[in-house]
Order: sequence, then structure tokens, then C-alpha cells
Amino acid sequence: MFRNQYDNDVTVWSPQGRIHQVEYAMEAVKQGSATIGLKSKTHAAIVALKRATSELSAYQKKIIPIDTHMGMTIAGLTADARFLSRYMRTECLNHRYSHDEPLPVSRLIGNLGNKLQVCTQRYDRRPYGVGLLVAGYDDKGPHIYQTCPSATYFDCKAMAIGARSQSARTYLEKHLNEFLECSVEDLVRHGLRALRDTLPNEVELTSKNVSIGVVGKGMDFTIYDDGGVESFLAGLDKEDRRGGRPLPPDVEGDLKEVPVGESTAAPQDPAMSVEMDVEPHSGKD
Amino acid sequence: MYANPNSIINPSLWPNGPAPGCFFNFPGANVTSTSSSSGIITRTQSPVTTGTSILGLVFDGGVMLAGDMLGSYGSMAKFRSIERTIKVNNSTVLGATGDIADFQHLKAIIEQKVIDEDCADDGFTLKPKALHTWLTRVLYNRRSKFDPLWNTFLVAGIEDGEPYLGCVDKIGTAFSDSKIATGYGAHIALPLMREGLEKKPQMTQEEARALLINCLRVLFYRDCRALNKHQIATITKEGVTIENNIELDTNWEVANFVIGYE
Repeated sequence: MFRNQYDNDVTVWSPQGRIHQVEYAMEAVKQGSATIGLKSKTHAAIVALKRATSELSAYQKKIIPIDTHMGMTIAGLTADARFLSRYMRTECLNHRYSHDEPLPVSRLIGNLGNKLQVCTQRYDRRPYGVGLLVAGYDDKGPHIYQTCPSATYFDCKAMAIGARSQSARTYLEKHLNEFLECSVEDLVRHGLRALRDTLPNEVELTSKNVSIGVVGKGMDFTIYDDGGVESFLAGLDKEDRRGGRPLPPDVEGDLKEVPVGESTAAPQDPAMSVEMDVEPHSGKD
Repeated sequence: MYANPNSIINPSLWPNGPAPGCFFNFPGANVTSTSSSSGIITRTQSPVTTGTSILGLVFDGGVMLAGDMLGSYGSMAKFRSIERTIKVNNSTVLGATGDIADFQHLKAIIEQKVIDEDCADDGFTLKPKALHTWLTRVLYNRRSKFDPLWNTFLVAGIEDGEPYLGCVDKIGTAFSDSKIATGYGAHIALPLMREGLEKKPQMTQEEARALLINCLRVLFYRDCRALNKHQIATITKEGVTIENNIELDTNWEVANFVIGYE
């Protein structure tokens, strides 16, 4: 049942100084479909790839609005994300009620980080198996925050999480300097190109599988779905994918994962081979 | 309640004791319906040590609060250097009328809020509008418990470069205006302030200060709970300054002509 003797619960360290339950939760984020966040001087944008679990089902919602000045995309367990989004919405609403102003994004993420941390330190809890990209706008400008199941969070210029997101991060790193001066349309376009880099060759970005969220100066958090994304997607298919460059080695590794929207078999957990040569589990207890 | 109707016909087993099968009510334990049938707890229902009016006036590029430094114990001028106007942070000032103890209670809470924000060190500070709203929520919440904080507050500050002046009273009624006076000042000083603003809607800092000082002087003449020792707080984009212990020149010669009160 257990992969080794140190992953029974979240409070146990391995001799290598790792907490396996937390690392497994971090893996859950990589199973989720890819999502990307990036920001200019005035706006923050998130783009997400939606999955349909079967031909018969609708595409699973990926972007969750939090408040008029904030929204997020998720990668990992949707149910956990819904729980966290309810907490974030409540916090924003309470702050609006008591202070009549939007809750600063950094404050909310700080509180959320504390909430996430609690369940990495108690034997009767499990880490949340979801990574978030929060886009928000407040007095300090636009923000992209990434949160992890390990309860760390990062204030990002741009970030991509989820399945095969390494290729998107490669794109974002390459074009990082262009984002600051971008218009909203160009910013989203950059996000879509990065998102497209995570796709297997036979899959295309369509109005069905793409969601876009934008927030910024003088603009409430807005979600573009279905027909709303078509203007952003227009012309993108004529551009060369990945700029004709050869794939970096780390991206190739990423692409060996199960193709998006196709898998029916359960995804394989990563083997913790390093633990196995410490001491085999006896199986008696 | 339960024992009374039957007590004559059916005298109780143990007067003031527990009902059969129940426990005795020890002093300090939860008191049952015998003492308070409504279950509402009432504490201070009237102010004890009080401060009188606070005046607030918006001028071109800032806002001023003014008031005296007296803590009255009934009609006795008991505490003569109470700071009723406090600096909250570099953009916000708070002035209080009414119960001094309730004000100092809230002052401690607000100071802790500001300390928490300093510790967060994220560049966000309490803005005047936010403090005004927060006070409104707190005061309305307390009045809803029938246990009001017996104050009227003026919140003054600079929000997004614009001066802000707000008022909230002990039942949570809140509004904002360019000129506000609380307490007795609402009757005596506010008409003078309105008159001044009608003559000159966009006052300079010096004109606003002169008008407020005139109002403070009139209040000292006419308000029996006033003291000739004042605080004036000025909030501009540059920050907050509070002048303490300002004494005004007064002229009581006219008092010789007042007759009928000897």
C-alpha cells in the first residue's frame, strides 16, 4: 500500500530530509492540465487549458473568480480548489464589509499560505492537492501569485503550472522582457503561445478548451470562455509552433506524459526509487 | 417564575434551592431566569468621563480636526490634558467625543491594527475611508448588543490624494462631509463653519485654521464642558501634525453686561 516506510503520514520525515506526502501532493499539481499566468505593468492575465474527462462530458472549469479584483486558475484536485476558493471569497467579502475596500492580494495569499501550511504539519490532515495561479490587481499594481501544496507561495512575473508546463515556462522565460509593456491583447497572446507549447502535436487550442482571465487597471476580473476567446485565438494557428526551435531536453521528458484529454488509465505515481534502498518495508504492520 | 404561582398551595421543598433532581446555582455560575428573564446583558448605559465637541474641516489640499483636551467627570472639569485627537498613521487621524474610556478602548485596538500592518510590511496602510467603515461596523455591532460604545468619532485623512472627513456616532450612523462638528459643536460651531465655507468654499490651510480657532473660542465661551486648552490636527499630503496645548486669547469683559444669572 505504501511506497516506503516514510510516507505513512505527513508528519514523518524520511532520512533524506523529505516529507513524501507533501511531495506526492506536489505531483498531483503536475497531473492537472496546464495553466499560465503573466502580467504587464497594468494588467495580469491567466490562461488555462480545459479538459473534458470523456467525449460525453463538458470541459471542466479551470478559472475561478474570487472578487472583482481577483481570480485564479487551478491545476490539481478541483474539489480542493473549490474549498480554497470559498475561503478566499469569504476573506475578500469580509474585508469589503469591514473596510469597504478590496483585500490586498498579498494579504490574502499570506493568509492562504498559513492555511495551507497547517495541513503539512498535522498527522490527521493531508496537504491540499492543488496548485493555484492567482491573478489580482490592487494599489500595488497587478500580481501573479503561485501557491503549492507544500504551502510555499511565490510572487511571480509569469508562471506556468500543470501537465507539461515546463515548455510553457521555457517560452515565458524567453519572452519575459516583452511582457511589461504589452497591451492586454498581446499579453493574452503571449499566454496562449506559452499554453500552446504544452500541447501534444495533434492537439490545437480551440474556443472549447481555452479559458482566459484578465484583471487590471480600471478593469474588473473578467473571464473569457468559448466564443469570447475566439478573437484572442484568431491568427494564432498560422504562427509556427514553438518558433520552429528544437525542444529543450526537459520538455521532451515532459511530453512523455499521458496526452491531454485522452487517458483513461490512472496516471502513474512517480517512483520514489531513492527510498527503496534504505530499508525494504516488512509488510507485517 | 416557576415556583411563584404554586408556592401558596404547594410550598416549595427548599426555597431558593435547586429544583428536585437539579444542581444548586452557585454564585458566579450561570444565573438562570430568576435574575434576567430577557438574557440581555447591559453594561455601561451612560457615559462617565466625557469629552466634548470635535470639529472637522476640509480645506484645499488637506483636512483639520480641532477640539479641547478636557475629560469631564459629570460637570466637573476633572482631567485637563486628555488627548482626544490621535494620529493613526501618516494619512489618518481620529478624534473622539463622548466616553473617554470607550475611546481609549478602541484606540488600543486601532493601534494594534496599525502595528499588525507595520509588521506585515507590505506597503498597505489603514486608509481613512477604511477606518471610518471599520468604526461604523464596530459601533453598530455594539449598539445591536444594547451595549454601545458611547462616542461620536471624526475620521480625517488623505485618501488617494483627496482629503476625507467622516463621522460616525454611537449607533453606527455614518456620513462624510466637508465640515462636521460633534456634540455641542454641532449646534454652536457648525453654523459658523458653514458660514465660513459659504463665503470661501476653497479655503487655504491658514483660513481653515483661523476659522476653527474662532469656533473653538466661541465653544469655550458657550460650552460649559469646554476647556481653553486645545488640540489641532492637520493632515495634508506631507503627513500628519498635531499641535497640543493650544491656549486661546479670551475676553470676558462682556460678562459684566450679562445680568439675570447671579
